[in-house]
Amino acid sequence: MQKTFPRLMLEHASARPDAPALREKEYGIWQSLSWSALATLVRELACGLAQAGLQRGQHIVVVAENRPRLSAVMLAAQSLGAIPVPLYQDAAANEYIFPINNADIALAVVEDQEQVDKMIELRESCPQISRIWYDDPRGLRNYDTPGLASLDVLVEAGRAYNAQHPRFFDEQVALGQSSDVAAMFFTSGTTGNPKGVVHTHFTLIDRARAGAKFDKLGPAEEVLAYLPPAWIGQNIFSYAQWLACGYVVNCPESASTVTIDLKEIGPTYYFAPPRVFEGLLTTVMIRMEDAGRFKKWLFRNCMDLARRVGPALMDGKPVGPGDKLLYGLGNLCIYGPLRNSLGMSRVRVAYTAGEAIGPDLFTFYRSIGINLKQLYGSTETAVFVCLQPDNEAKADSVGVPIDGVEIRLADNGEILVKSPGLLKEYYKNPTATAEVLTADGWYHTGDAGFLDAGGHLKIIDRAKDVGRLIGGEHDGAMFAPKYVENKLKFFPFIKEAVAFGDKRERACAFVNIDMEAVGNWAEKRNLPYAGYTDLAQKAEVYDLVRDCIEKVNADLAADTLLAGSQIHRFLILHKELDADDGELTRTRKVKRGFIGQRYQLLVDALYGGRSSQFIETPVSFEDGRKGTVSADLKIMDVKVFPAVDKAA
Amino acid sequence: MAERRIGEVILDIKNISLAFGGVKALTDISFDVREHEIRAIIGPNGAGKSSMLNCINGVYQPQQGSINFRGQTFSHMNSRQVAKMGFARTFQSLALFKGMSVLDNIMTGRNLKMKCNLFRQALRWGAAEREEIEQRAYVERIIDFLEIQPYRKTPVGRLPYGLQKRVDLGRALAMEPSVLLLDEPMAGMNVEEKQDMCRFVLDVNDEYGTTIVLIEHDMSVVMDISDRVVVLDYGKKIGDGTPAEVRANPDVISAYLGTSH
Repeated sequence: MQKTFPRLMLEHASARPDAPALREKEYGIWQSLSWSALATLVRELACGLAQAGLQRGQHIVVVAENRPRLSAVMLAAQSLGAIPVPLYQDAAANEYIFPINNADIALAVVEDQEQVDKMIELRESCPQISRIWYDDPRGLRNYDTPGLASLDVLVEAGRAYNAQHPRFFDEQVALGQSSDVAAMFFTSGTTGNPKGVVHTHFTLIDRARAGAKFDKLGPAEEVLAYLPPAWIGQNIFSYAQWLACGYVVNCPESASTVTIDLKEIGPTYYFAPPRVFEGLLTTVMIRMEDAGRFKKWLFRNCMDLARRVGPALMDGKPVGPGDKLLYGLGNLCIYGPLRNSLGMSRVRVAYTAGEAIGPDLFTFYRSIGINLKQLYGSTETAVFVCLQPDNEAKADSVGVPIDGVEIRLADNGEILVKSPGLLKEYYKNPTATAEVLTADGWYHTGDAGFLDAGGHLKIIDRAKDVGRLIGGEHDGAMFAPKYVENKLKFFPFIKEAVAFGDKRERACAFVNIDMEAVGNWAEKRNLPYAGYTDLAQKAEVYDLVRDCIEKVNADLAADTLLAGSQIHRFLILHKELDADDGELTRTRKVKRGFIGQRYQLLVDALYGGRSSQFIETPVSFEDGRKGTVSADLKIMDVKVFPAVDKAA
Repeated sequence: MAERRIGEVILDIKNISLAFGGVKALTDISFDVREHEIRAIIGPNGAGKSSMLNCINGVYQPQQGSINFRGQTFSHMNSRQVAKMGFARTFQSLALFKGMSVLDNIMTGRNLKMKCNLFRQALRWGAAEREEIEQRAYVERIIDFLEIQPYRKTPVGRLPYGLQKRVDLGRALAMEPSVLLLDEPMAGMNVEEKQDMCRFVLDVNDEYGTTIVLIEHDMSVVMDISDRVVVLDYGKKIGDGTPAEVRANPDVISAYLGTSH
């Protein structure tokens, strides 16, 4: 029988009806939903949706945080052969217009009042939206919008329909083919309209299984679902692999309780983008700063030992008996409690991806005994392309191609992938599809990289972003902005960096300081400040950032290929780059081109040799209001180093 | 959005006068409160706003006048009886148990609902345990409603002021009041905290149908959220009506802005 998600769910429901499928913390208690209860809920929802007019091949939009009932809605839609389209719940209403109109979506299932308000706002731009169901009724009692109803109403209607047509649901599920489209994910897209990436049941289930086999995942895993469901990674970890393996997915109480919920659940399989790991480490370090002298001493010594011994132990390499004993002691007093306070006591496999992870950060987690690894993939490849095996995790590579994946390098260094998990197409966009997917089945990732001697894939940058320096000392040298930005961002004081240098003589950069880290640093030095803009322009902060950049420059100079990418001049921006202003993507990647245009004045000042520049920038606040931020920005020179000749 | 259903007069205050020795705190004050409405009492410092609230919930006993609540007339109220009749209040200067967790603080609001004696409660014996679970479930709904889940186990003293105010409101809500008396719920808050608190006050009124009597300093807040406003100055009533009416009242304007004599 062909595998589809609804069938996988029904298999679990008949094999282990009482085992928990989903848990959600509500009213302070973890409440479980068993596989059989889930099957009933999906059956009723599917009947309700069918009655509301959802047909095979049609799309339905889902805008919500992770909630059990919303996973059930996705399953219900798939049972009918319809296609759920999850969208980012924190996006502004106008960002939904394109996806909804593109897929001609008439039905929407959303989480709460906030999302309902957005849908109502879209009435004019998307007049075809006829029905909206919400999960959380709070604040919605007095809404009289036609077509708006609670999910409870949908479940009720479905229950009645199911009572009259008890075979309808099973017939619908039986009609499903694994080659049917299972879901569509809109890529954030740094330019132009987002593209709908179409995946079938086969592509998602195949990759989910390949990943599960690689890490020996089973039904005993516990996962915390806290990332946006519109992101394919979240779909893989908390939906595709959930149904493929039959483990338990736990939904946090609210976005603000994730760290508490993480501790309570103690997941065994965990994914987080590097910035989450970084955030956790920062909190630990800040708390350590306030600890007593003895504790600080103990922590420092234990961490020195961990850095020396931990990664080797993790990789299964031999370690002297003395060190082993000391590490055991360290585990008792520091590493174990630390893992526990991070909520990672039970983590067997943890992954990070999406951005480069700093070597110090990566080593920190591995050294305290957390099996943190990297993976490589994208929405188009259903995530799993390369994974790091347990004992071969390195900070600067992304692992080996797993089951079913072939990798080839194009002449320009671009990575090409062939895998059973490749997208079917971009929705209604054959030109874009043809651009990335060749007739013989190779997918163009757009990333530049190479395979190292051990067969591990290394990523340098986006192929299109790798630029050239023109004129000057390093004429014609490669300029890899992201590589440089990442090196800068590995410093805790630097939150974001934007490097410029393509088609120019030398490289310059914008920097965003990390408010928490720099704020703390300033307080320790009795440096008063009024807010971000004020703190960013302090001479002391400029010196601090300059020191960081000089270290990066020294590092870059050591590599002949990248010596030209050293930063000559920089400034600290007067505002934090924000997705609401279009400066970052929803996954927090800098839109370099857009930022270059928006702050053209500042770029000109950097290259024009000025020592300061006044700028006023419009900003939009979270509640949609507009305002402006203005400041006189200092510009500072940085020391650069002569390229070190490797032969010398 | 549909209009909230404002009902009959449930609280009728007639000719209340309160004096402390020679100081006349309130002189001949009369106003009424309707079911489900948000009724604001405003006035400059020392106008007698808190005294008025304290008369309603029985902390002070007025020398003259009467208070009629749902058909029963009292010459003065008694605070325990008032609580049983469905009144709850929050305090201008927070009166929370600083060392206790948010959860425990709100649980104290359920005290009147607990029937078991102290001995049983201490031992969590039989019915006492069941009761505790029931009351906890109710408190959890309030925690969810006020969005303070991340602080459930945090000692109240460690929370920022705005959140402490929210806990104070939570404890009052735990009494399942039909009338909620809020004594300067927004005092000392920043703009964002004020907006949050306004939203919660409106949500309480909307979701639980609670009648709300609030004292407030911040005119913009009062004008935005209340249905009717009564204005006091030097212990006398100088205005009563909808926010628009009150705003246009010359006596109110002079009390707030001063007049040239």
